[in-house]
Amino acid sequence: MSRLPKKDVVIIGLGWTGSIMAHELAQAGLDVVAIERGPWRDTASDYNIGTAPDELRYAIRQDIFLRPAQETLTARNTPDQVALPIRKYGSFLPGNGVGGAGVHWNGHTWRFMPTDFNLRSHLVGRYGEGFLPEHSTIQDWPVSYDELEPHYDFFEKVCGISGKAGNLRGATQAGGNPFEGWRSDEYPTPPLKPNLAQNLFHKAATELGLHPFPLPGANVSTAYTNPYGVRMAPCTYCGFCEWFGCANYSKSSPQTCVLPVLMRQTNFEARTLSEVTKINLAPDGKTATGVTYVDSAGREWEQPADLVLLCAYSLFNVRLLMLSGIGTQYDPATGKGTLGRNYAYQTNAGSLGYFDKDTHFNHFAGAGSLGMMADDFNGDVFDHGPHGFIGGANLACNSTNARPISSRVVPPGTPRWGAQWKKATVETANHTANVGSQGSSYSYRDCYLDLDPTYKDPLGRPLMRMTFDFKENELKMSRFIVDRTAEVMQAMGAKQVVKNYKRGPWDVVPYQTTHNTGGAVMGNTPEDSVVNRYTQHWDVPNVFVSGACLFPQNAGYNPTGTVGALTYWALDAIKNRYLKNPGQPMVQA
Amino acid sequence: MRRAALLAATLVAASMAGGTARAEPDNYTEAARGRYLTVLGDCMACHIGPDGQSLAGGHLLETPFGKISVPNITPDNDTGIGRWTADDFHNAMHNGKRPDGTHLYPAFPYTSFTRMSRADNDAVLAYLRSRPAVENRVDRDTLPFPFNIRLLMAGWNWLNFTPGEFRPDPQRSAEFNRGAYLVEGPGHCGLCHTPRNLIGGDRDSEHLQGGALQGWFAPNITADARLGIGDWSQEEIVAYLRTGHTDRTAASGPMAEVVAYSTSQMTEEDLKAIAIYLRERGAAAPPAPPAVSAEDPRMRAGEAVYADTCAACHVGNGSGVAGMFPRLANNQLVRQDDPTGILRVVLQGSRSVATPEAPTAPAMPSLGWRLNDQQAADVATYIRNSWGNAAPPVTPDQVRKMREVVADRPG
Repeated sequence: MSRLPKKDVVIIGLGWTGSIMAHELAQAGLDVVAIERGPWRDTASDYNIGTAPDELRYAIRQDIFLRPAQETLTARNTPDQVALPIRKYGSFLPGNGVGGAGVHWNGHTWRFMPTDFNLRSHLVGRYGEGFLPEHSTIQDWPVSYDELEPHYDFFEKVCGISGKAGNLRGATQAGGNPFEGWRSDEYPTPPLKPNLAQNLFHKAATELGLHPFPLPGANVSTAYTNPYGVRMAPCTYCGFCEWFGCANYSKSSPQTCVLPVLMRQTNFEARTLSEVTKINLAPDGKTATGVTYVDSAGREWEQPADLVLLCAYSLFNVRLLMLSGIGTQYDPATGKGTLGRNYAYQTNAGSLGYFDKDTHFNHFAGAGSLGMMADDFNGDVFDHGPHGFIGGANLACNSTNARPISSRVVPPGTPRWGAQWKKATVETANHTANVGSQGSSYSYRDCYLDLDPTYKDPLGRPLMRMTFDFKENELKMSRFIVDRTAEVMQAMGAKQVVKNYKRGPWDVVPYQTTHNTGGAVMGNTPEDSVVNRYTQHWDVPNVFVSGACLFPQNAGYNPTGTVGALTYWALDAIKNRYLKNPGQPMVQA
Repeated sequence: MRRAALLAATLVAASMAGGTARAEPDNYTEAARGRYLTVLGDCMACHIGPDGQSLAGGHLLETPFGKISVPNITPDNDTGIGRWTADDFHNAMHNGKRPDGTHLYPAFPYTSFTRMSRADNDAVLAYLRSRPAVENRVDRDTLPFPFNIRLLMAGWNWLNFTPGEFRPDPQRSAEFNRGAYLVEGPGHCGLCHTPRNLIGGDRDSEHLQGGALQGWFAPNITADARLGIGDWSQEEIVAYLRTGHTDRTAASGPMAEVVAYSTSQMTEEDLKAIAIYLRERGAAAPPAPPAVSAEDPRMRAGEAVYADTCAACHVGNGSGVAGMFPRLANNQLVRQDDPTGILRVVLQGSRSVATPEAPTAPAMPSLGWRLNDQQAADVATYIRNSWGNAAPPVTPDQVRKMREVVADRPG
């Protein structure tokens, strides 16, 4: 192993959080290196308009995603099962390379509700302790919505998020989401233009007494220059968003929002195709000395640094902490230990509507974030008392695409191949719409992450083991939500509505969502969290953790907006407090 | 952090201690002035060394007469210009001659640098001497016969070169004269933007009316409204030179290097002076040809290609996206008589320049692989004759020849 000259900061992973951290800290004058497992990728050469809209290459063959051969997990539903390796990623698809999952996302950019942050105290206060699901381990976040608001705002401005405010400093705004937390400012760009499905949803939802509003999206609706001076061009509604890199500089990503300025900084360096294998600790175990990584030629390097920032995908941040022996592994039998605790996911389901042949949805003129929403059944907006569950979901009517291979909706009962299937495909094409939901997923004592006792990666390190299932509370919540989506679909004029309820057990095969949360959660005490409220590790104060692994439980929204806000929240603390007293904990345990 | 600051201080001290061998400490003002003159002269674009930082030269510059290697102008005694005296340097800049009396080739723009004063040349040399010497031996004899005979340049100079310092026009404003000095002197704009005669000399009667080079076409920059910059406001010219991007266009190809290494680092006053000079020095261009009719089959075919291939970024009405995707409507760059520029960009694609104020640097993708010669010709004809543009139609044969040009110049 060769030892390299010391840097001020080493960043593990160059996606959303890594690029933002790198840019802000390099601007502050620190010498920063980012080490990224995958390849360099940029819009001009990798997401070129001549080649980008290739469904087979990107959506089916998953060109830009992580390969199981690089890293995978073992999975099981309950602690008494034997976990087996995921040999083809299905339920979730982690990104690979510079930009990470920030390249291939759809761009739904939400703020969690204020009550999502003080969740436990809020629910106990309103419904009593006994109303919480059995064995749930939900807890309050160590930060409040009010504290995060300026950081949500700045992340939205970096991205150029399109949308319509519903609550400007407490004043309800027509056309926006009346249930959202207060906003200090309007969205940076106006909402995308609705397609037919969004207009039908808006009308139907309004008639049902709901409060529809346009989906806040990282697909900019107009030309935009962000606070870093990076420019974006308006979305062209090409329908190649999720699972693709954007060729039009319209989808917010590290590539389109941060890297053009980051790469100009002479005190920043990116090392790609290099995988960090370990965070190194000083003999006392209380200080990180840097990282060890392996480059594409298999050579091992030690990169010393004063500050180590974990900015990989949430699951892999957790695993790297485990492999480095930082923190105490959670044990579901005793409830002791925090690393790997409170893993949660997302509970998505919805209804599909079949319309008559004169209704042409033209979803191909779509965008990842082209949607109309309603939050009337999200969070604790509605009284849960009569329903016997906690949590909720947003209702969504999106037109993301009508790509030719995957967009083959046929009515129930149609054969899966042959002349009947072809006939049904032709009859149905362009006449269906979906009302879906992003549902909350709360934490439970037996849903967690740890190292697998059997399976190892190519470097001989144990794979991480995921133990997870959808619990009765979440399934009950989702059934309630699906019934609501069906009501809206009926009101939209569908001639047939098919309800697709969420059913257990959780299955690794069909794609569901890449919203894996928890495992290295933030909290107020070392007994219930891995990092403190500034995302600083309780045991090793010069290690900071980013990403959705910080969430104590997941809300009824996509996580990226909150991940971005937490990144700027942590940066504020690092720049203004930590660096004045480096190596010291910012919260006394 | 503290250690980094300490290291930086040590480096500064070290460079100052070593400086006695190069720039005198009291020579700082002179060297700083020289540094800015090397920005004005865009020395880096040609002399950039293999390290990407120094002026150690070494790469091959493409000319119509063959490839010419660019010399090392760092103060290395053996491989650079470390042994040159101030007289030697002035003689090169002013007369195009090397210390041994042999001729330089006019790929080194002494035809423009001759307008610079002795004092300016001394300042440039003071700056070059203040930089670290980089050892990089460059083979200077890369031109083929007969152009490798340097004595030929004596005759060339007799025909094409009049040495002499810049003389301001007292009838004109100080800004105009500053602009004239910058454009005709250190900036050597005419090296690319003036068409060449058969032996590579300037066609003086067509000064700054646009010239072909390196498989690109440097457009007309006279004040002609149809082909030149007559339709550009002073502010737009300044913004283009400073950032490389305006609503109308984005600097790419060889001009991207000019913006990156030179104009983006010029003072606002100098950029303004250049704009004033170019706008006031007069217009010249051939008369407009009639636009090709929208009913022409080539236009109809080109419109279909445009809708499928170009409209997503450049928009159906050719408006483009401000600061990102160039406007094609009423755009001088697409309607130059010579379609080299538009064909190069369509067939090969192009990366625009990144500057501090416009760091995004969007790229035009290569479409040569999915358009055949007829389709590429038709879409070029359509763009050149729509939305206020009028220019000679493009033929499939021109596209075929451009493919050969592009094939010789990958990436």
